[in-house]
Amino acid sequence: MSEAAAQQLQAFLQRVPYVRFLGMRAELAGDEMTAILPFSQHLVGNTMIPALHGGVIGAFLEMTALAQLSVTQGSAKVHKTIDVTIEYLRPGRAMTTYARAELRKVGRRVANVHVEAWQEQRSSPVAALRGHFLLSDPG
Amino acid sequence: MSDERDAFRRQMGQHMATTVPQAAALGFRFVSAGEARGSLEVPWREDLVGDPDTGVIAGGVVTSLLDHTCGLAVASAASTIPFGTATLDLRIDYMRPAAAKSGVTAEAHCYKLTRSIAFVRAQAWDADPADPIATAQAAFVLNRPPS
Repeated sequence: MSEAAAQQLQAFLQRVPYVRFLGMRAELAGDEMTAILPFSQHLVGNTMIPALHGGVIGAFLEMTALAQLSVTQGSAKVHKTIDVTIEYLRPGRAMTTYARAELRKVGRRVANVHVEAWQEQRSSPVAALRGHFLLSDPG
Repeated sequence: MSDERDAFRRQMGQHMATTVPQAAALGFRFVSAGEARGSLEVPWREDLVGDPDTGVIAGGVVTSLLDHTCGLAVASAASTIPFGTATLDLRIDYMRPAAAKSGVTAEAHCYKLTRSIAFVRAQAWDADPADPIATAQAAFVLNRPPS
């Protein structure tokens, strides 16, 4: 699976203009994907701390869920977000952020996905997302 | 006093739309601000597309817009002195995709403000406020200066 899955993932990331706007990348280790968001000045929401914009963190978590679904479903098509709940746990500092998605349930039409983002320590997450996604037909 | 507060809210809205790096990068524009309310918009741009098959603006852009507009509503409700806020949680329901090559406008209302927490509802639309693309519910923690 892994060669095809890696190609699937890169195809997904390269196709979406907004992924390039964020500067997001992703790597696969077997079937486990890690999304990577390098720090960039245009992602800042609070210049005093400085901290990443809450919307950027939410968007990164959502794109991580969509990318993981694209790998698992074997489709470069973008699935549709139904709803997301984002919990902010710590300020996103001016450094690289990582995220991993867990597909809790992939049904025929709807997937339930949990995503967690961290910076220096995986055990101290900066934010988490729970969401439902409407699956597009493969192709 | 109300003129003073309105002027302050407008100034704050302009400031939030143009000087916050992420807001400026997305091209946010200030629309309006009133008692516990705020509105911002983001024009469509090629590099903000989330689905290349349709040309629809990315959900992540709408997430940033809703979060930022909620922040404006909290600031409009809170005081004439700017202070920090941090998002605790944000729930977004996506009713439908925006129309292709369409910008998005968001409006937020801070319907309850306590000493330390603000509760906010918001919605986003492409053409008609009565036909939203997304609705949001958020809670913010306030970092007020010591009184």
